[in-house]
Amino acid sequence: MSSATAQRNSFAAVLWDYLTTVDHKKIGKLYLYGGGFFFLLGGLEAVIIRIQLIKPENDFISAGLYNEMITMHGTTMIFFAAMPILLGLMNAVMPLQIGARDVAFPFVNALGFWLFLFGGIMLNVSWLTGAAPDAGWTAYAPLSTTSPGHGVDYYVLGLQISGAGTLMGGINFLVTIVNMRAPGMTYMRMPLFSWTTFVISVLILFAFPALTVGLFLLMFDRMFDSAFFDVALGGNSIIWQHLFWIFGHPEVYILILPAFGIFSEIFATFSKKRLFGYTAMVFATILIAFLGFMVWAHHMFTVGMGPVANSIFAVATMAIAVPTGIKIFNWLLTLWGGNITINSAMLWSLAFIPSFTIGGMTGIMVATSVADYQYHDTYFVIAHFHYVIVGGVVFGILAACHYWWPLMFNRILNEKLGKWAFWLFFIGFHLTFFIQHFLGLMGMPRRYWVFLEDQGLDLGNFISTIGAFFMTAGVIVFLYNAFYSWFKQGPAPQDPWDGRTLEWAVESPTPYYNFKQLPLVRGLDALWLEKMEGNGKLAPAEPVGDIHMPNGSILPFLISLGFFIAGFGFIYQTTSDLAYILLYGGMGMALVCMLIRSLKDDHGYHITKEELEKEAR
Amino acid sequence: MKGWMGKIKVLFLMGLVSLVLSACGKENLTALDPKGYGAEKSFDLIILPTVIMSFVLLIVMVLLTVALIKFRKKKGREDFIPKQVEGNHTLETVWTVIPILLLIIIAVPTVMYEFNLADEADAADSLNVEVTGNQYWWHFNYEGLDIQTSQDVYIPVGEKVYFNMLSSDVIHSFWVPTLAGKLDVNPENVNTFYIEAYEEGVYWGKCAEFCGPSHSLMDFKVVVVSQEEFDQWVADMQNFDPETVELDSEVAVEGRELFDQYNCMACHAIGSSPVAVGPNLTNFADRTKLAGVEEMTKDKLVEWIVNPELIKPGNKMTGAYPKINEEDAAKIAEYLMQLSPSEITIENADGGLK
Repeated sequence: MSSATAQRNSFAAVLWDYLTTVDHKKIGKLYLYGGGFFFLLGGLEAVIIRIQLIKPENDFISAGLYNEMITMHGTTMIFFAAMPILLGLMNAVMPLQIGARDVAFPFVNALGFWLFLFGGIMLNVSWLTGAAPDAGWTAYAPLSTTSPGHGVDYYVLGLQISGAGTLMGGINFLVTIVNMRAPGMTYMRMPLFSWTTFVISVLILFAFPALTVGLFLLMFDRMFDSAFFDVALGGNSIIWQHLFWIFGHPEVYILILPAFGIFSEIFATFSKKRLFGYTAMVFATILIAFLGFMVWAHHMFTVGMGPVANSIFAVATMAIAVPTGIKIFNWLLTLWGGNITINSAMLWSLAFIPSFTIGGMTGIMVATSVADYQYHDTYFVIAHFHYVIVGGVVFGILAACHYWWPLMFNRILNEKLGKWAFWLFFIGFHLTFFIQHFLGLMGMPRRYWVFLEDQGLDLGNFISTIGAFFMTAGVIVFLYNAFYSWFKQGPAPQDPWDGRTLEWAVESPTPYYNFKQLPLVRGLDALWLEKMEGNGKLAPAEPVGDIHMPNGSILPFLISLGFFIAGFGFIYQTTSDLAYILLYGGMGMALVCMLIRSLKDDHGYHITKEELEKEAR
Repeated sequence: MKGWMGKIKVLFLMGLVSLVLSACGKENLTALDPKGYGAEKSFDLIILPTVIMSFVLLIVMVLLTVALIKFRKKKGREDFIPKQVEGNHTLETVWTVIPILLLIIIAVPTVMYEFNLADEADAADSLNVEVTGNQYWWHFNYEGLDIQTSQDVYIPVGEKVYFNMLSSDVIHSFWVPTLAGKLDVNPENVNTFYIEAYEEGVYWGKCAEFCGPSHSLMDFKVVVVSQEEFDQWVADMQNFDPETVELDSEVAVEGRELFDQYNCMACHAIGSSPVAVGPNLTNFADRTKLAGVEEMTKDKLVEWIVNPELIKPGNKMTGAYPKINEEDAAKIAEYLMQLSPSEITIENADGGLK
């Protein structure tokens, strides 16, 4: 009886701890839990899509529901699975990699997470209220402006709320990396994962405002009778496509560049070699990010922009292949001459190279505008971007999970289960998507609820669906592995991989203040350098002293909850005046919490030198 | 230009092309067996980057495989610490410059073809067809000929036919994979491109821009016939008078009366007319498919008239007309199935629909 009470108390205590936390390590985990949940949801939607397409003219789900599935699958996977999981990894790892005690704005960090989570929940509540968004994840006007019901309203508000969170995250990482690198950690000594975090934060800063603007215009068109995209009233629907892709294309790099960072860390660690061409890698990353803003209209070759615009965007797009190629060859040369260990983390990374190269290859093909007249909006494009996003980003995330699991959860994931998950997923992935290149060229447009009998598309679709089942099995094994290692595996040792970078220099489990004394960094691969030339430990850059820590706060949660409630108010004020209660109530709640935060000074607290010394003993 | 492109093909491709073609999908639907000018140009630029990039992929695969075999951790040297190489300028220059050269090889013909396909100099002297995309059907108006059709568009073989496209609602995309690449059908501006078909035949067309629940059911056909047959078809269509059409059964005559009674012609014109709220039915009986996708049978047509929602979810006809019972629908169907103004049908286009 008493132990049950203690259990409940401790559960409540843990819950309260996570609701109020501003610790980057815990927020990282929260991102992983939230993103992981949405990943499973998006995966379920994908399987339903594939079951619908297992045979011609199938009636497993209705046309309307199918459109909701594809819309929610795309939106969920991009905004609520891939992005937050990557942000979670950055949160968990980047401050440790650059030798910082936390991010620059811990409070804002927590706020960013809660906004993302409530945005994602908001979007998915639409399943329960009768109509999920059904205009595609790209929400092209006028289909999105004229879509009946509240589905697309949920899309607009869900993305707007979570988008604000992402923008905050990006700014936070930028300030952290600019200001909080450990002594000696110059830019050109930063690990590649921190570099890519830095670069994608810049991308977030410049790309997300375009989405925000687009979403506001869409919101006004749908809710307040404006006509930005309504041709009949002098608007222009093509503008939406431009706004969306000015955001949307850099978004692709926001996803893939951190994965490049992850692979760079893993290849170097498990080849026991310094990353080949580090400087070239850094500049290739920056160049890809820069060019990423110049190519958005390659999503619009068939819009009728004319040969001049099409040619410019085609050639600019092809240019991105050059820095990407540099990266591929640098990774290969990192392996070359190394002492290579192949474990689960490395398997995902090695599998990434051919998979992503195929994605890059088809990337050049779709950039060829004249050929894109055939590829565009067909299964060829579906195959292309899944090769990039699954073969690049998802492989990267899974590799990172295996690699940093000991750092984040103090456990090593089981190798045998890891390999099972890898092979199931890897085989399933190629089964699902390779054939889709041909389906597209054989005349199957994307977003088709049914394909007709006797059009030569049956076998390809059947194979594709079987592949999806394999991928599902792979994900289930991985999930089992996560629980298995938590309950059956002992605590992980510090630095289990013979790591090269700073995150492996901290004690295990990581203390909540990260570094008792900030480390002195003497070069690239700081820890490896000390292993080779020193005593294997980083010299402290400061004497043991008081550590200034931020206080936890429930306000980020409450602010986000306020916007969440207000979101429903905005959605339903078009049909019911009662919704204004939610609208004003929610906004009021958020604004009051912001006011409290602004007026009430919170100086945090100090861990005193004495406490630190006591802990050490 | 043609010369060196041709050489590349001969040197590298014959094997690959024939391999691809052997499994290229359904004739007159697939983009891999082009039978029109636009599709042929696109196909050239599908093949060229595929070959070049396959070569790059091969190099990457070989390097990866060799590295893994050669440098995997071996027994007895688990603790071996490899040389920490920083980089190599020569190598890095090589894999920067070679991709740039390869991309130039792809980019130059891309830009040339892009401008070539956009050339509209002949538009004024050619057949022009106004296309209207609607949820979920296609309207075709032959400019200057007083002919309107829906779903099936007849064109002469070997001639450039210009399509001037506009949407009446959301964005659609006009795609006949075997004849030409796709072009979006926007609500705000007329987009123009041409199709030049090399062979007679009935070609599948599809809507390629997501346009709502029945997006996947918005098929159409391009019927390519010889110039003489086309001229004959034009004359027949022009001479057709819905008032004097001879019906061969009492039921059909009743059907015509019911068609009037239910006010169907408020949306559906028979004969040349600017009315295009719903599909023009002038040559309805000659259509390849019912509603673009279904078997062209009287039973299906009755089903459609009674409740079109079951065949095309989200269509604009549902609920826009008074309820029609099955008996009346059958009579109307009987009438519509006799609307065949021309001897020239899909059978003239190289054997009909494949």
